[in-house]
Amino acid sequence: MRTLQLTGIRASHPRTPVLKDVDLTVPAGTTTAVLGPSGCGKTTLLRVIAGFMRPEAGEVRLGDELVAGPDTWVPPERRGFGYVAQEGNLFPHLDLAGNITYGLPRRERKDRARVGELLELVGLPADFATRRPDQLSGGQQQRVALARALARRPGIVLLDEPFSALDPELRVATRDAVAAALRHENATVVLVTHDQAEALSFADQVAIMHAGRFTQVGAPPVVYRTPADRRSATSLGEACFLPGSLVDGAVTCALGTLPVSAATGSGACEVVIRPEQLHLSDPTPTAPLALVTRTEYFGHDALVELRPLHAPTGEALQLRARVPGGATPSVGDTVAVHVMGEAHILTLEPTTTLAEHGA
Amino acid sequence: MPTPVGPAPSPASRPAPSGGSGSSPWLRVAAIAVALLCVLPLVVVVAKALESGVGEALALVWRPRVGELLRNSVSLVVLTGVLSTVIGVGAAWLVERTALPGASFWRVAFVAPLAVPAFVNSFAWSALVPGLEGLAGAVIVTTLSYFPFVFLPVAALLRTVDPGLEEASRALGHGPWRTALRVGLTQVRPALLGGVLLVSLHLLAEYGALEMLRFPTFTTAILDQFEVAFDSRSGSVLATILIGLATTLLTLELLARGRTRHVRLGSGTARRAPRARLGRATPLALLGVLALTVLALGVPAWSIGTWLSRSDQAMEPTDLGPALWSTLGLGLVAALLTTIATLPAAWLVARSRSWVAVLLERVTYLAASLPGVVVALALITLTITYARPLYQTVFALVLAYVILFIPRAMVATRAAIAAVPPELGDAARALGDSPVRAFVRVQLPLMLRGTLAGSALVFIAVTTELTATLLLAPTGTRTLATAFWDASAALDYAAAAPYAAALVVLSAPLTYVLLRGNHEEPLT
Repeated sequence: MRTLQLTGIRASHPRTPVLKDVDLTVPAGTTTAVLGPSGCGKTTLLRVIAGFMRPEAGEVRLGDELVAGPDTWVPPERRGFGYVAQEGNLFPHLDLAGNITYGLPRRERKDRARVGELLELVGLPADFATRRPDQLSGGQQQRVALARALARRPGIVLLDEPFSALDPELRVATRDAVAAALRHENATVVLVTHDQAEALSFADQVAIMHAGRFTQVGAPPVVYRTPADRRSATSLGEACFLPGSLVDGAVTCALGTLPVSAATGSGACEVVIRPEQLHLSDPTPTAPLALVTRTEYFGHDALVELRPLHAPTGEALQLRARVPGGATPSVGDTVAVHVMGEAHILTLEPTTTLAEHGA
Repeated sequence: MPTPVGPAPSPASRPAPSGGSGSSPWLRVAAIAVALLCVLPLVVVVAKALESGVGEALALVWRPRVGELLRNSVSLVVLTGVLSTVIGVGAAWLVERTALPGASFWRVAFVAPLAVPAFVNSFAWSALVPGLEGLAGAVIVTTLSYFPFVFLPVAALLRTVDPGLEEASRALGHGPWRTALRVGLTQVRPALLGGVLLVSLHLLAEYGALEMLRFPTFTTAILDQFEVAFDSRSGSVLATILIGLATTLLTLELLARGRTRHVRLGSGTARRAPRARLGRATPLALLGVLALTVLALGVPAWSIGTWLSRSDQAMEPTDLGPALWSTLGLGLVAALLTTIATLPAAWLVARSRSWVAVLLERVTYLAASLPGVVVALALITLTITYARPLYQTVFALVLAYVILFIPRAMVATRAAIAAVPPELGDAARALGDSPVRAFVRVQLPLMLRGTLAGSALVFIAVTTELTATLLLAPTGTRTLATAFWDASAALDYAAAAPYAAALVVLSAPLTYVLLRGNHEEPLT
């Protein structure tokens, strides 16, 4: 169980830079999810860590050991990382026992008890050992791929979108089984995914990647509630962006005057509010009013698109509220909007500096 | 015999694989060396032809004899090409797209003629119809021997192609015939062109069958010249013209193929095309396929059978033993060496689509599309000039086999390698294997089957090879093919029959390999 540390990683495919100065620390025994759209470089990052690709610059450290650096290159087979790819990549010519014991020294490969243990660890019956990969469903294959990676007791496990090829129900079940197995092994884990829910629920730390850089790294609630910029905000879920002005630790915007998290100074700003922070009710004399322009009904909840009736800036603002499915208003209704919790300031142009300039 | 030219379908583009599965410099060096080896005959023959100047070479070209040979070769290629197309496509449509009774039987019956070497087939026909010769005889026999080259890929395509396009055409108001013409034919075009190209290359390279039917072409003329005069320069001039013809055919096929996208199919489409009902035409269709089977299989079977039963009274009692053993030995050694020589380039082509890899593949195909006689002639020239001790040795003979049959192994080996995802190599390395160990434990076992199928194809090709063997075999070394040839040249049909039977028996597995082979590679 060791800390994984990346510093200044740069890597490129022929003629296209993919990773631009990436830094990341994954503390020992924790899970970090690298979240980003396809093509952002997250798989390349994983391949650099695993040793399938050599970075052009930067260092990869495992604990105190340098595994990739300007003059150092440890090939993947000697890094001792566990690696589970999107398709599982089970060896089709070997049965499950053969697959799981593949990475073990020859004399340990006969140990059927260990195979059974590993299968049970990932939630499969021990008597699956003699089955062949093509007799398994996609989710089962992924679990075996994890068992195979865990057989060598790797300090670090790298997961490359291991659940994305599975259908939604299977995905959740497989994810839970994998998470339990990884917790049991107390492994340091890096998960690459483009699924925000997966990243938020699976990881202790979320690293949001865009165009070869991390835009924000932090604990899931922190990154979700206080995104660093618009892109980080939207990559974790729906978000409403509102212009406003910050005065004395509160922001005034189309939804009234709202408390903000950790803000000093004053000036024009942009705040972000998550849809579930907006609660709707029948019009009241005090709360700001909005017109329902569209609804999207999901059963357990619904997304409601709103246009504030009295936007101070005069802009046509669009807001989204997430409401319980049973409380979905109709299009054309006028509702009162209440904001729960704090707004988060994305950008701020301090007025004091402007004033000083003017003086 | 020339070797098939694979219409290299480009593998799905994927990011460059890593983990040692890429192109190590050694792999490249080995692949380039093999490609150079394949080009060698071409260079040697052309150089020899131009040895005493272009003028003299042209004088050798500009002869009435050459004109006659050219006329013969072209008319044979055109007539047999057209007939093979009509018969091959017609048979494929009947078998795969109509409710013809016994489709799976006919499918085998129309591939099986490939197990009868053309020179054995012409022997069978000559024995049955003594007067059969000239253009008519040549067209009949070669068509019956080679139409499976068209049937096989077209049938495979018709069987697996998604009927969606045809349904769309019907929905847009076209009847079945217009649909077949406007959609069906377009879809089978790549397979058809590949098949016709293969037939044509075989015709240019054919020696035994045409010599027996007394129909002179460039290949027979080169061998005659060689036997009579040992005049390797005028032989080389003829061989150069032959190279020109083969290259023209390859180019024509490439142009005709045009920018049509190669029809690539996933593993098994869910839906099969509906079979057309033949109704009252059923007896007629049955009669047609029956007649074709009788002509293509029945005649050789009957002929060989008849003479086999008379071989007790042959002038000389036939001793199969030595010829059989030397044939098997040569076949095994050549198959092994060819497969090994193929691996580096096949690996490069399957794993990276770099231009070096593509060029290497094309060069290998082009060079090996040359008739066996060209390769043999080049190796004779080379050994006599530079390596006299190797002249007429098993070494030179096996080398010729390797050069001739690399593409057979290449098509199969490349497909076998491409079928193993490179990610499996990564997975093995992440589990602690060095690149070499990962190859031995994962890739090798997975690609072994396909590679062995390629080796089997080479083995069969070697055991039935006649032309190069006649020219290169050490004195006293008799293979089944050359022993058969000697006996049938002496018109001793009874003595030839056992060899013919042995050749057919050795080739029979070819039918099986081709039928169950990867049909996305139409030309195996």
